[in-house]
Amino acid sequence: MSEELQAEWPLYEVFVRGKRGLNHVHVGSLHAADDEMAVRHARDVYTRRNEGVSIWVVRADAITASSPDEKDPLFAPSGDKVYRHPTFYAIPDNVPHM
Amino acid sequence: MTATESELQGGFDQTLAHNDRIEPRDWMPEGYRKTLVRQIAQHAHSEIIGMQPEGGWITRAPSLRRKAILLAKVQDEAGHGLYLYSACETLGVSRAELTEMLLSGRQKYSSIFNYPTLSYADVGTIGWLVDGAAICNQVPLCRTSFGPYGRAMIRICKEESFHQRQGFELLMTMMRGTDAQRAMVQESVDRFWWPALMMFGPPDDESPNTAQSMAWGIKRNTNDELRQRFVDMSVPQAEALGVTFPDPELRWNDERGAHDFGTPDWDEFMQVVKGDGPCNRQRIAHRRRAHEDGAWVREAATAFAARSTTEVGA
Repeated sequence: MSEELQAEWPLYEVFVRGKRGLNHVHVGSLHAADDEMAVRHARDVYTRRNEGVSIWVVRADAITASSPDEKDPLFAPSGDKVYRHPTFYAIPDNVPHM
Repeated sequence: MTATESELQGGFDQTLAHNDRIEPRDWMPEGYRKTLVRQIAQHAHSEIIGMQPEGGWITRAPSLRRKAILLAKVQDEAGHGLYLYSACETLGVSRAELTEMLLSGRQKYSSIFNYPTLSYADVGTIGWLVDGAAICNQVPLCRTSFGPYGRAMIRICKEESFHQRQGFELLMTMMRGTDAQRAMVQESVDRFWWPALMMFGPPDDESPNTAQSMAWGIKRNTNDELRQRFVDMSVPQAEALGVTFPDPELRWNDERGAHDFGTPDWDEFMQVVKGDGPCNRQRIAHRRRAHEDGAWVREAATAFAARSTTEVGA
């Protein structure tokens, strides 16, 4: 690999709040030399048409994620806990507001 | 316990069978990954090279309104390239590698951008026909099986509609003008019609990758299906505009419920793909120059970032 390939700017993940009252949502990623430039680039790349009122950027290498291999240990246990859902409980039709 | 290859393949097949999306950290067959890298990279490169044919007209557009529109459109193409590069990078290939593969010619971009823009009407024709063909290609790709690619396509399709409409409106304005302006529109449509049809790729019986790509859910329609759809959509638009397409075989077929049309010059297509189109060398030379001329900016920003970190740490 040439020197230039190694000097690539770090990758940032971009999160945009679409409007007040909504969560920031992941919209994509981009490269930037530093945090401030990442916000500027995110503004140009992801909010050209009023898509947002607030931007978060975070370096991709700072994110800890669950691995697809852990899918069963992490998520399977909730599969058989149907009593956590309101539909598990039979309530007669004549009981209002429930 | 480590899953065996066949278990992994089974999980992958099941995800596809449920019409679920594959995400970057999922196991995937090497062929799937390679096909996606090739297709997404080619798509990204097309957006970036696609800035050039129209970019040259920004300073020559006839009014401030037209300049602003064209500037916004070309900026969108850059944005689309960036969405797609990001999607491609989730497959484990770096931006620098992708740039290098474009500049060295190891990865391709759409052959349509190797045709010159000789008149201002071409800006309108590109919006109408070239972006129209791109939309035909891209709408089904919103449902492609690889999550990041589909999400990038959804974003792109939302913006692409502006591109097509501004082009059509530009041409309508010229058609309401002088005879010379109308002739300019027709001449432009004559030059772009066949290359636009070629954008869908070779005919199905000469497209070796299509069957596998469809089995993997990467492609959702064959080249010929999409080409037919594009022709059927474009004919009434041409009538509304008052132009004709340069194809004597183009006519409605009642039996098929679709238009019959002639065969694009596939020899010309192959020649352009192989690098001998009217503008191939010029496009890559321009891209390389822009990349090299920008090197000092990238280096300065890196140096500034490094210094800021040191100062904060001190």
